[in-house]
Amino acid sequence: MNKTLIILKHELRQTLRRRSFILMTLAFPLLAMLAIVGFQTIQGIGGEAPVEVIEIGYVDYSGGFDVIAQSEVVEFTSQPSEEEATDALLEGEISQYFVIPQDYLSSGVIIRYTLERELETPDEVWQAIKNFLISNLLEGQNSPEVVERVQYPLALSSITLDENGDIAPEQGGFSAFIVPYIFSFLLIMSIFTSSGFLLQGLGEEKENRVMEILLSSVSPRQLITGKVLGLGVAGLLQIVVWLISARFLAGMASSTIGGILSSLQIPADFLVLGIIYFILGYLLFAIIMAGAGSLGASARESQQFSVIFTLMAVSPLWFAVLITNNPNHVIVQLLTMFPFTAPVTVMLRMGLADIPVWQLATSIALMVITIVGLLFLVAKIFRTFLLMYGKTPKLGEIARYLRQS
Amino acid sequence: MDKKAPAAAEVGNVTKAYGSKRVVDDVSFYVAQGEIFGLIGPNGAGKTTTIRMMMDIIKPDSGDIHILGEKLREDTKNHIGYLPEERGLYKKLTVLDTLTYLAALKGDRVANSRIEELLRRVGMLPHKNKKIEELSRGMGQLIQFLTTIIHDPQLIILDEPFAGLDPVNTELLKEIVLDLRKQGKAVILSTHQMNQVEELCDRILMIDHGRSVLYGKLADIKKKYRDNSVLVDLEGEPGELEGVVGSEPEGRYLELMLDGKTTPQQVLRQIVKQGVAINSFQVSTPSLHQIFLQVAGKKDE
Repeated sequence: MNKTLIILKHELRQTLRRRSFILMTLAFPLLAMLAIVGFQTIQGIGGEAPVEVIEIGYVDYSGGFDVIAQSEVVEFTSQPSEEEATDALLEGEISQYFVIPQDYLSSGVIIRYTLERELETPDEVWQAIKNFLISNLLEGQNSPEVVERVQYPLALSSITLDENGDIAPEQGGFSAFIVPYIFSFLLIMSIFTSSGFLLQGLGEEKENRVMEILLSSVSPRQLITGKVLGLGVAGLLQIVVWLISARFLAGMASSTIGGILSSLQIPADFLVLGIIYFILGYLLFAIIMAGAGSLGASARESQQFSVIFTLMAVSPLWFAVLITNNPNHVIVQLLTMFPFTAPVTVMLRMGLADIPVWQLATSIALMVITIVGLLFLVAKIFRTFLLMYGKTPKLGEIARYLRQS
Repeated sequence: MDKKAPAAAEVGNVTKAYGSKRVVDDVSFYVAQGEIFGLIGPNGAGKTTTIRMMMDIIKPDSGDIHILGEKLREDTKNHIGYLPEERGLYKKLTVLDTLTYLAALKGDRVANSRIEELLRRVGMLPHKNKKIEELSRGMGQLIQFLTTIIHDPQLIILDEPFAGLDPVNTELLKEIVLDLRKQGKAVILSTHQMNQVEELCDRILMIDHGRSVLYGKLADIKKKYRDNSVLVDLEGEPGELEGVVGSEPEGRYLELMLDGKTTPQQVLRQIVKQGVAINSFQVSTPSLHQIFLQVAGKKDE
């Protein structure tokens, strides 16, 4: 049997047996299931959460402000003076009060008193006070319908059309973003678990001194290829497990939770690109990890090398806001094409807007070129440094050796 | 020297430099099938680098290496068993899995019966399902040795094989090495422990600072470096001996220096004639260690 294949099988079997790999693979579906079950249970126990009535007092120095219509959530009570209002507040009859000063009509100033420390006025309170004032100001001059329209001027509903003018199947919004977001997160997790195992494995083989025994049986190229592919297959399996469980979970969630989650769909083109970028991304980082693994004196040291690249890979998540608000921004385009940030960026952009084909093509081409180039470089590094124990070479030394070999 | 069968290994004018330092400098030797060949020298002499080049782990800067009559190819690795000086095994793998996997990497699907037979030979059969990390150091070393010969290689290279072994296991290993020679295998024994080499090797190559300093049959080398003296243990003092230019007590022995024209036999005849009782009489041959020190021009540590 081909030696590369033997190594591939061995690495795959060892990885599938790793406790951390199994935990990682099962953790995501289990956590998601727990969340769904937990949501159901809470809903089952509590039913609709009880509506708490907010008692708001007001002191009217301006005159003419009355309670016209009580709402279900907010109850207004008139207070004769600030002192009495404060007493009522301290005794808990009201939770807060506001003062309408004499010159309110010209200044618009409203002073609100509360016992709570708060970041800013709660939205519902702000709305309630606003509506209270509007209905008093417009009282008698307009019909109740007009007053209500002034209070709630629009109930907005936006519809995205496709190029034929029909209603597009993908309507964007939160659910369109959350799927790619979760998926890119999982993608990065899987890429880094697998290539992390590669790094760790190489480090261990170096530390255990198995390396020389391996190299006395196979060539460095066979070793690196077998390892990279073996762990890649493990990572792909992990992704497949996640995707399958995501389908089940989405079905389970939409039957109970509905709303946002029911629209969780993973479109086919998204899946295909996801797999392509998983493979390319994994190869890219695995080769880098292999290089780092052969350079470091120990597994821990190699891991430190690799942190830079991990940070680079997840950096598009820092631009998440920019990508969300403006998926076609120049910076986002650059991130799409730069090989180290491409996998995550593409996943994030996918859900928001169509990515022009030329950008995808450039991005994939650049990744392939980088992978091939790095493979040559790392194979050289591999041969030179794999059997160097005890010390980590300095950058200058690496450059010198590479020039010599 | 007879060279009808292709040499197990043939190294011709091999040189390897790291930077400006020549780690191996124009070294040549051959190893015949069915012999134990000693590759000796102090630490850092270039033994391991030489071996790594024979294993195609490192490329030589110049020179030729032939294994079993062929130039180094990827396949040649399958016919060599190599026990590196820096060695270890996967800690989490069982003994059986380790042997199977490493044999498979040599392109050999080894039958379980062969693995079990080898394990029985070293008394490790009861431990075959244990993980490597559960074994004692000595046991681990034995398994390591078995991985070297599991695929029945024609050429076996052992780099410091006795390091970390207790006397019992050392003897066991020697026995197996001698057995391998009997089966016609070539064994290269690289070590700085001279006593092992004297016991086992047929021919040797001594390298120092990357250069070959001694090469040939062990017996020839020892003859060449023999001191001109005899060691005697006598009851009482000998009288005047013809051809002896001096004497020096050497422990319970007395070392008699000969003038170069007189043979040890002539001296023995004189002592017998004098009627002095002889407990022992031996021609002094230097140990390989002494030869090594003489050649390398170094002080004993």
